[in-house]
Amino acid sequence: MASVQLQGVTKTYPNGHVAAKGLDLEIRDGEFMVLVGPSGCGKSTALRMIAGLETPTAGRILIGDREVTTLPPQERDIAMVFQSYALYPHMSVRQNLGFGLRMRGVNDKTIGERVNEAARALGLEAVLDRKPAQLSGGQRQRVALGRAIVREPKVFLFDEPLSNLDAKLRVETRAELARLHRRLRATVVYVTHDQEEAMTLGSRVAVMRDGFLQQVAPPMELYRHPANRFVGGFVGSPAMNFLAAELQPDGSAMVNGARYPVPATKRNTSGRLTLGVRPHDISVVAPGAGDFDAWVDVVEPRGSELLVYLRLGSDRSGEELRVVTPPEPPIEAERTVGVVFDREKLHWFESEGER
Amino acid sequence: MNERRWWPIAVLAVLVAASAFPFYWAIVSSFTPEYRLFQTPSLIPTNFVLDHYRALFTQRNFWVPIRNSLIVAGSTTALCVALGAFCAYALARLEFPGRTLLLGAVLAVGMFPQISVVSPLYLVLRRLHLINTYPGLVLPYLTFAMPLTVWLLVGFFRQLPAELEEAAMVDGASRLRAFREVIIPLAVPGLATTAILTFVYSWNEFLFALSFTLGPERQTVPVAIALFRGQYQVPWGQILAAAIVATAPVTLLVLAFQRRIVQGLTAGAVKG
Repeated sequence: MASVQLQGVTKTYPNGHVAAKGLDLEIRDGEFMVLVGPSGCGKSTALRMIAGLETPTAGRILIGDREVTTLPPQERDIAMVFQSYALYPHMSVRQNLGFGLRMRGVNDKTIGERVNEAARALGLEAVLDRKPAQLSGGQRQRVALGRAIVREPKVFLFDEPLSNLDAKLRVETRAELARLHRRLRATVVYVTHDQEEAMTLGSRVAVMRDGFLQQVAPPMELYRHPANRFVGGFVGSPAMNFLAAELQPDGSAMVNGARYPVPATKRNTSGRLTLGVRPHDISVVAPGAGDFDAWVDVVEPRGSELLVYLRLGSDRSGEELRVVTPPEPPIEAERTVGVVFDREKLHWFESEGER
Repeated sequence: MNERRWWPIAVLAVLVAASAFPFYWAIVSSFTPEYRLFQTPSLIPTNFVLDHYRALFTQRNFWVPIRNSLIVAGSTTALCVALGAFCAYALARLEFPGRTLLLGAVLAVGMFPQISVVSPLYLVLRRLHLINTYPGLVLPYLTFAMPLTVWLLVGFFRQLPAELEEAAMVDGASRLRAFREVIIPLAVPGLATTAILTFVYSWNEFLFALSFTLGPERQTVPVAIALFRGQYQVPWGQILAAAIVATAPVTLLVLAFQRRIVQGLTAGAVKG
């Protein structure tokens, strides 16, 4: 196992598109690092540069103590699981699993042993002699995983490995990946666009946007202390609510007619802030008894909780506010309620430009 | 409904008849005695004789052109596929300056009218003492067969997912090894299609074969047939018999691989 370091890594494509800009990231030995962000944010490019499938236009990449910036993939001792799995269609599962070892000149006996061991661990023993086309989606996924494990590489790279599975299998495989990481104590770099996957799997999560790193932190810190509005809105489901705020001379802020305290560090000179409130940090009370009133637009029962869509403004055409409340007492649509924000869990962001 | 159905079938029938009739007529005539060929012909053969075929191999020594054709077309095909696979892979996958230009040039060379290069090629081959030799035919054939091969194979390689090679390289294979172990096995249908098409083109080639050979010992089948002469007349029966003998192996080859060829030629159009 080894650490991975990106130092000022930039990738500009010949057509001028900048996929990654000045990435500084250290992935510790044995860490499960998730790169997450919307499509086109540069997370896959970053992973491919670690793999050696793309060469950075600037910066350095180190695996362990060795600089690998311009080394081809086969000299990096890494294993990668592709989104499409990229199983070799003309080879049996056994040959697929053993391919990496064969390329490295491992003898047949050892290959056989390691392949059998991996097949046992992943429940693939029964299908070892089948071709990939004869496997189910879940089995293919496990073969792709097995092909990486058999190699015992320094670093595992995952490129959206769960996105081709159905919802149920995805949750199961996610747990399996977490167990696998615990067992192997491997260094993992995992790319996904799904914030839930990122939160559940990562020891730390790196949020990217437009080629820039936004924040690198353990999942709960990302959730509790998002560095900027983008991270706040990206992490957590349902997404955080954002409301415009006017800073007052006394250091508080007016939001929708209500007054909220602003920590001294968040006060700025422009006087305009954005207040972020998570749906779970808002309570619904009787009309007139809260910070302000809102109109109940839609109520979605989710079993353990209600997801309520409120509308602000007296004419009900204002901003939407998402609120998660306990199922009791029930809330009915098309009536007015009062709303209270949890003063301890407010997030203040600069209004324009996230960084 | 019925009215709509009959006319496409009729059109098809006419087209099939029009293209198949010459072959039918050639087959029938090749079994008809020479003297009857110029009498009132009948569509249905009455007396079958093998005279023309027998004459082909006893008097004409037709084995020689067949051997020549097999050697020339076979070598051309083998060289084209072996070299073309590398060229096509580089053009399909590697990033290098001038790639598009090169691919365009390959296509342009393939479009060149053959007749325009006959004289210069003749001079070159004479200087190299390759006139009337097998290499003297194989090398010129490469000029038109290679562009075809490369162009077809570029299409095949492009349609293979790049992730497969990337996976192989991450797994520890060099690019060449990934090409050999992963790409080539997957491109077999494409390689087979390309090989057959190249073989058929080389087998049927006439102009170069006529220009760069001097005598029967190196003439290929099309040239040999064209130069058939009788003492007093054109031996039509034998010419037709020779044409059938020359066409049969190619036809059988294509029929045997028909499905593959169609798959190969339409590959990429529909994801299968």
